[in-house]
Amino acid sequence: MSTTLHLNDDDLVLHYYGEMTPAEEANAGAHLASCAHCQASYAKLQRVMAFVDSAPAVEAAPGFERIAWARLEPALPAPRRASLPGMLAWFVLSPARLAFTAGIVMLIGAAFMAGRMTRQAAPAAASQIVQSAEKVRERILLVDLGEHLDRSQMVLVELVSAPLNDDSGGSVDISLEQSRAEQLVSANRLYRQTALSTGDAAMASVLDELERVLVDVAASPSTVTQEDLDMVRRRIESKELLFKVRVVSSQVRDRQRAETRQLTAGSTLGS
Amino acid sequence: MPHTDAAAVALARDGDSEAFRALVDRHSRAVYRLAHRMTGNPQDAEDVVQETFLKAYRQLGRFESRANFGTWLHRICVNCSIDLIRSRKHQEAGHDAADLETLDSVDEHRVDPSPERLMLSSEVQERVGRAMEELTAMERAAFVLRHFEGQSIEEISGALGLKANAAKHSIFRAVRKMRLALEPFVES
Repeated sequence: MSTTLHLNDDDLVLHYYGEMTPAEEANAGAHLASCAHCQASYAKLQRVMAFVDSAPAVEAAPGFERIAWARLEPALPAPRRASLPGMLAWFVLSPARLAFTAGIVMLIGAAFMAGRMTRQAAPAAASQIVQSAEKVRERILLVDLGEHLDRSQMVLVELVSAPLNDDSGGSVDISLEQSRAEQLVSANRLYRQTALSTGDAAMASVLDELERVLVDVAASPSTVTQEDLDMVRRRIESKELLFKVRVVSSQVRDRQRAETRQLTAGSTLGS
Repeated sequence: MPHTDAAAVALARDGDSEAFRALVDRHSRAVYRLAHRMTGNPQDAEDVVQETFLKAYRQLGRFESRANFGTWLHRICVNCSIDLIRSRKHQEAGHDAADLETLDSVDEHRVDPSPERLMLSSEVQERVGRAMEELTAMERAAFVLRHFEGQSIEEISGALGLKANAAKHSIFRAVRKMRLALEPFVES
């Protein structure tokens, strides 16, 4: 870089961030000291960066800490000291883990079967078995997702129709719904991420809306005011969440039936 | 609730979930701010917050109690954001010169002639936010790491899995977009 040549935009950025080599830096500094044109360009860059710095970072919504914890807690590994019933509850109450484990078991089973059959049959037959195992795994995941959506629907219905407890000064006990919502949050997150990664945007969007309600309910106190409950109800109703969950649930059931028909047809043909 | 992070970490290591909750309460907002800056959208930021604390929980045993928990968490958050951005790298459509022209022409008529007032106005903040949204995920990550996190281009290229030249050019493109979006204010 010569001191007689103007500094281009990229040179100015490197100079601004101190990313030039010592030799380049010396040249740039000398040039800037004597060139009004580059001084003006550099001053403009500095002002732009000052504008960037003046914009505050986006803040999380009020109550974010509670929401973060409600999402996080069910996903935390069980404490080392957990008792057996506690660990069983953690396992049983997590449909995503069950689905994953079931899928792995099926795949291992299929791989085992494929290994045994390969010794006797052509490689094409083993490949068919693995494909079939993949179908079974998909079906298990669909069944699991269907159950998750059903459980979520139940929570939403209970929230929408929860009666006011007149004996407790206008408050409503939602501890049951809250505990169910807590159990559903982490599984919902996994299903949403799976839907996103497989490009199922419609499913991901419904699961996203569902997750926000579940997280809010999970993070609520166990007894809420009628006003708070109304707010949750309005949120469910305004987004037609219950309807949307029913629609995707029905779509999942249709897919399950189609998968079952395919599997049955496959096994009939194969026998 | 433990008074210090070090005390909370010590209890959390022994499986005390309330102590870990205290850490989440203290640090989740700062982690969210950084995650949002890195990823550019609230949903991804929330996912990064979750991943950050999950990783922190799993790695509590490796955390040195003399270190600052917030700084350690900050580093995990940057890594989680980068993981998310890299996992989506293939989905990313680059912005070209045409995008820059579009960005430049947006709202030009709304430029206010008083820079002193604008410096403090929400319009500038909104404009910066929108300019940041125009960056691709890689440009955004490289720019945030360089501009806000003070990482060198070499560190950024290592973190983002880019060649040094590519990291440098991501920053150049990001700065160019910021200039195009903000110079009308600067010049007024």
